[in-house]
Amino acid sequence: MLVASVSQAGTADTPPPARVARRMGIGFGDRLFGLGLTGAAWIVVLLAVALITALGWEAREAIVKFGWRFLFTSSWDPVQGRFGALPFIYGTLVSAFLALAIAVPLSLGAAIFLAELAPGWIRPPIAFLIEMLAAVPSVVYGLWGIFVLVPWLRDWVEPFLASSLGFLPLFQGPPYGIGMLAAGVILAIMVVPYITSVSREVLLAVPGSQREAALGIGATRWETTRIAVLRYGRSGLVGAILLGLGRALGETMAVTMVIGNRPEVALSLFAPGYTMASVIANEFTEATSEIYVSALVEIGLLLLLITIAVNGLARLLVWSVGGPASGGRE
Amino acid sequence: MSSRRFVSSTMSVLTCLSAIVAVLPLLLILGFLLVKGASAVNLDFFLHLPKPVGEPGGGVANAIVGSLVMIGLAVAVGLPIGISGGVYLADSRDRHLPWAVRFIADVLNGVPSIVVGIFAYTLVVLPMRRFSALAGGLALGFILIPIVLRTTEEMVRLVPNALREAGLGLGIPRWRVTLRIVLPAARAGILTGVMVAVARIAGETAPLLFTALGNRFWHQGLDQPIAALPLQIYAYAIAPYDDWHRQAWAGALVLITLVFLASLAARVATRGRTIAH
Repeated sequence: MLVASVSQAGTADTPPPARVARRMGIGFGDRLFGLGLTGAAWIVVLLAVALITALGWEAREAIVKFGWRFLFTSSWDPVQGRFGALPFIYGTLVSAFLALAIAVPLSLGAAIFLAELAPGWIRPPIAFLIEMLAAVPSVVYGLWGIFVLVPWLRDWVEPFLASSLGFLPLFQGPPYGIGMLAAGVILAIMVVPYITSVSREVLLAVPGSQREAALGIGATRWETTRIAVLRYGRSGLVGAILLGLGRALGETMAVTMVIGNRPEVALSLFAPGYTMASVIANEFTEATSEIYVSALVEIGLLLLLITIAVNGLARLLVWSVGGPASGGRE
Repeated sequence: MSSRRFVSSTMSVLTCLSAIVAVLPLLLILGFLLVKGASAVNLDFFLHLPKPVGEPGGGVANAIVGSLVMIGLAVAVGLPIGISGGVYLADSRDRHLPWAVRFIADVLNGVPSIVVGIFAYTLVVLPMRRFSALAGGLALGFILIPIVLRTTEEMVRLVPNALREAGLGLGIPRWRVTLRIVLPAARAGILTGVMVAVARIAGETAPLLFTALGNRFWHQGLDQPIAALPLQIYAYAIAPYDDWHRQAWAGALVLITLVFLASLAARVATRGRTIAH
């Protein structure tokens, strides 16, 4: 702004006509250019609005017909035209929280190691591997899940859990391999890189003076991390975990391939389940009646609203440590 | 050794272990892809159409072409919006709009890709009454925009103000300064963002399920269903035939190679090139 006004100041006192014309030209070009850029920014806003509106519009039939009951009934019968989303909501929540239960300790540990405790030379290669892990496509995780993870769970992990912790209802029933546990494990593998890299950025954004103060009063490396770094970055770390939760809630392909796709609410983690994203993936092209499509779109709308809430909260928390320009993406 | 020091080194070991466990799946996945996929990858795999069940051989040439077509569409749709919006975010002095756009872009980045698929379905498939490459490309473009937007913003911010001032001081209009001085200076960084985004959309399957739909033949125009590599892998993986499973592993090996190449290109573009301050 300052520079612009300086360049205009040169032409301010009785400019010759040619100069005036050029100045007007400059103004016009800049205005047009600025308008184009602002337009692009508005398009992003409009896309978000259009996304919610389009889904809401396509889901209107199911919203009107089923009302709140949609969320609390568990019959899913396309032939009879009865739709209730409870089994899918249940499956989405259970698989996502199971994934977090596995992924959070691992990711925070890895992030602390990478940002605070590891020797300098070992950080770049491990950070690189974790970035690569985030780049693996979902369908590849699913393929690996079907042919490697599921048989391993079926033959080793589930029999072991059944014999050692079988008194809990969580680990009862026949070990199929395919089911909620497989979905949770594959999701955990998929969200670990997200939580790790965002947490690492949050930890790196903690000012060095925090660490120096703690080290200066004789704290060990771990005490410094615990007292000065983790406490300072706490809200950002919660944000990182929520980002992972957002990913886990909306993840589709890998989960669809290993969860078993059965719309039932079962307590055992060995039993097959179904998630909101997988029912859309599996049934959308087969949905013949309008109310069927509408019910599936309503599930999509629910998923959208949940992930917007989770992600919105996560961003605000991550930004609170590093500021909007730093970190928190990918 | 005091107990405090003992705790400290124990935690070092524990966090180191969690880092190892965190990257272990990557090595396992890559290992299985190489072992199971490499044997089925040959020249035919890149040059031929899929064969019907029971006939050995065949390839995924149409799926690779289909993926490239839709990535091209996505870039054509998303790049102008992403880059212009990013420049806006970096340069604007408006109080509210940039904050809102930044926040919305970050939230959009976390929207499940299957939901984006439904969006493209209502926008393109329903009015056109058929699945099409166009719908798939649009869905992918929608995913690409927030990623390109935020990297462009960051990269344009990194361009030193002295460069802008030098241009403006010569009497060059602001829009030309942006186009001819700022954007070229930030080019490598923006390219990185684009490659990251391409790597991400190249592997997307969910938004293509009911937009592009898939196709066992060469693509017949942008208004027709089209094959894509991730869709093909999915179809092969859940089918009950051993031969198709082999094809799925091979396809996954090819896909992940493409994705890693794009990520690697993103890194090389900015290697050793931090913009001077």
